[in-house]
Amino acid sequence: MLEYVWLIPLFPAIGFVINGFFGRRLGKTVVSVVGPSAIGLAFLTSIFIFFELLGRPASERLFEKVLFDWVVSGKFYTVIGYQIDPLSILMALVVTGVSFFIHVYSVGYMHDDPGYIRYFTYLNLFVFMMINLILANNFLLMFVGWEGVGLCSYLLIGFWFEKDSASNAGKKAFVVNRVGDFGFILGMFLLFTSLGKHDIWTLDFTEVFANVNKLDTATVTAVAILLFVGACGKSAQIPLYVWLPDAMEGPTPVSSLIHAATMVTAGVYMVARCNVLYNMAPIAMTIVAIVGVATAIYTASIGFCQNDIKKVLAYSTISQLGYMFLGVGVGAYSAGIFHLMTHAFFKGLLFLGAGSVMHALSGELDMRKMGALRKKIPVTFWTFFIATLAIAGVPGLSGFFSKDEILWQAFSSSHGHFLLWLVAAIAAGMTAFYMFRALFMTFFGESRVDHHVAHHIHESPKIMTVPLMVLAGLSIIGGYVGVPHVLGGANHVHEFLAPVLGGGAEPAKAHAGISLISQAWASGGEAGGHSADVELLMMAVSVVIALIGIGIAYLFYVKNPALPKLLAEKQKGLYQLVFNKYYVDEIYQTLFVNSLKNLGTGLWRGFDDFVIDGTINGVAYLVGWVSGVLRKVQTGFVQNYAFAMIIGGVVLLGYYIVRAIFY
Amino acid sequence: MTIPSVPPALYLILSGILFTIGVIGALTRRNAIVVFMCIELMLNSVNLTFVTLSRFLQSMDGVLFAFFVIAVAAAEAAVGLAIFVMIYRSRETINVDEINLLKW
Repeated sequence: MLEYVWLIPLFPAIGFVINGFFGRRLGKTVVSVVGPSAIGLAFLTSIFIFFELLGRPASERLFEKVLFDWVVSGKFYTVIGYQIDPLSILMALVVTGVSFFIHVYSVGYMHDDPGYIRYFTYLNLFVFMMINLILANNFLLMFVGWEGVGLCSYLLIGFWFEKDSASNAGKKAFVVNRVGDFGFILGMFLLFTSLGKHDIWTLDFTEVFANVNKLDTATVTAVAILLFVGACGKSAQIPLYVWLPDAMEGPTPVSSLIHAATMVTAGVYMVARCNVLYNMAPIAMTIVAIVGVATAIYTASIGFCQNDIKKVLAYSTISQLGYMFLGVGVGAYSAGIFHLMTHAFFKGLLFLGAGSVMHALSGELDMRKMGALRKKIPVTFWTFFIATLAIAGVPGLSGFFSKDEILWQAFSSSHGHFLLWLVAAIAAGMTAFYMFRALFMTFFGESRVDHHVAHHIHESPKIMTVPLMVLAGLSIIGGYVGVPHVLGGANHVHEFLAPVLGGGAEPAKAHAGISLISQAWASGGEAGGHSADVELLMMAVSVVIALIGIGIAYLFYVKNPALPKLLAEKQKGLYQLVFNKYYVDEIYQTLFVNSLKNLGTGLWRGFDDFVIDGTINGVAYLVGWVSGVLRKVQTGFVQNYAFAMIIGGVVLLGYYIVRAIFY
Repeated sequence: MTIPSVPPALYLILSGILFTIGVIGALTRRNAIVVFMCIELMLNSVNLTFVTLSRFLQSMDGVLFAFFVIAVAAAEAAVGLAIFVMIYRSRETINVDEINLLKW
């Protein structure tokens, strides 16, 4: 079965071709079957391959299928090949699985859209590209997928391109991503050339990682940081996160699939894939962790004041991605990937839930015009509620296990630090607050729905609610594959990923932060016993923080809905600052967009118009002027010409005579 | 009886005089046919030079060229006169001062 790995990308590719080239002729019904089933088949293949891989001993869980040569140029040689290992197959499962449910949901959600066929074409293409990104066995093919998903993201954000805001958002996403991709390319080039100095001309993952120890730390650090710049762009981290909130202009299932569950996690996947590089570059890891945790808390705070339900979810996504980067940044790669997986379930679900709410309210996005929807759209409410619990880190749901794993690793791993944990834990509380704020504003309290919208509020059709329920189920149980040892579980995810990501045993190490706490905890005994106690304590603290967040949200938005307004009045400056997203868009606008625009205008007016056009027009004008003068010679009188000829003849003759006489 | 030989220089001087007359006529006369005749005069003065020098240098090259010139002049006369006839038909004049359309 492993031989047939190429089927996973093939099915979406076939779906893309059918929908894209023949969709119009085949009609909507066929497209509704072809689109989701292409992904479904890819999902099935992934499942088979996953189980076959599970059947092998841990050390043999690596399989490469080379399809054909791609670029052979001098010493450089690269192939189109797919690599199956625990990391890639787990990602493939998550991507194809979540994609499948979202495709099914889309059949209902997009049903009346005139761009229905185009939508499924793009969506299939996206899955194809995403799978290339994940399963690639070399950097170059990964980069193809990387750019491909960026393209699909652009196409789908600007799906309703007749809306100005949508096409602008698409452009913004594309341009910001390009900044990151530039870093990725540079990182790849640097890696390639510096390995080339050791006569290793390859970009194949296995070979690169086997030989990377020949490079010095500075080079590896530079490569790792450049690659992380790429990850920042794709996974919307500070300072390149600005495109993701705007990406909500796309259809909601797209926000769910691309801008929450799969594509934006590509950066995390890439860092985890390159864990060998990052392990060699502690500075790069620290940067990753700090950027991650800063993004987590920063965007969580923006989530406080957003009134657009999708915008809240978007900022929440960025914040959660920050968590994942914190995880991989402290060397807990499997924790980051684990959170990636659970996040794909509950954030995908949250977006689909938001889509279902919009569907019920005829496209309303503003939470101030919602409220009390709990009874009217119960399925949406319950699934949304489960996802909110999961993301808030309430014990027993998937988000709790994965988030707590990251928090614990942020503190205890050799790259971790107490401050990282503290900031991340506060961000977790903030997450709980703004997510429950969204939940309460949407489903509880007084109904603030416009009355002409109010009387046709309806639950979504089965084709939309069933994916919601499935994802809700996954949001609950998805965490149980990675229950930490301290809670008596076996961390299956960690073990499964260990051959790729390293770290078989629990990596608890003595650390300044730990000793600080354990002094307070002081009762002697072994370090191992301590760290288990500390881990439990930390877990309890983060749960308490989450509960406090939920409690405040309850107080503010259910108990006493007047309170937030009062607080906003009191802290007007701060509220305005956060409400306007810290004016980052405006700052970028002045700093980069406008200055580049001015530079462009300057070059246009100064260089293009003056120098280039001046030269060309000047030459043309000169020629015109000279010929204008010279054409006067042509009088049309034959005898003038004859006279000129004679003069010429006389001059020539004179010249020869003079020469003959004097020389 | 021997014909007293005329020195070649005299032939060349005659040729030069004829050529100059031709040039002046071609430049100053307004009637196209007269201009044309002047050109013929110039051609024939050149022919005279060719033949003289051919004789003087004991080479047939010059005579050969003279034949060429006569042949070309004949062809030119035919074409040129045909053009003048056509111009006269359309414009009722062959005054070269009035035939100046071929200009900027």
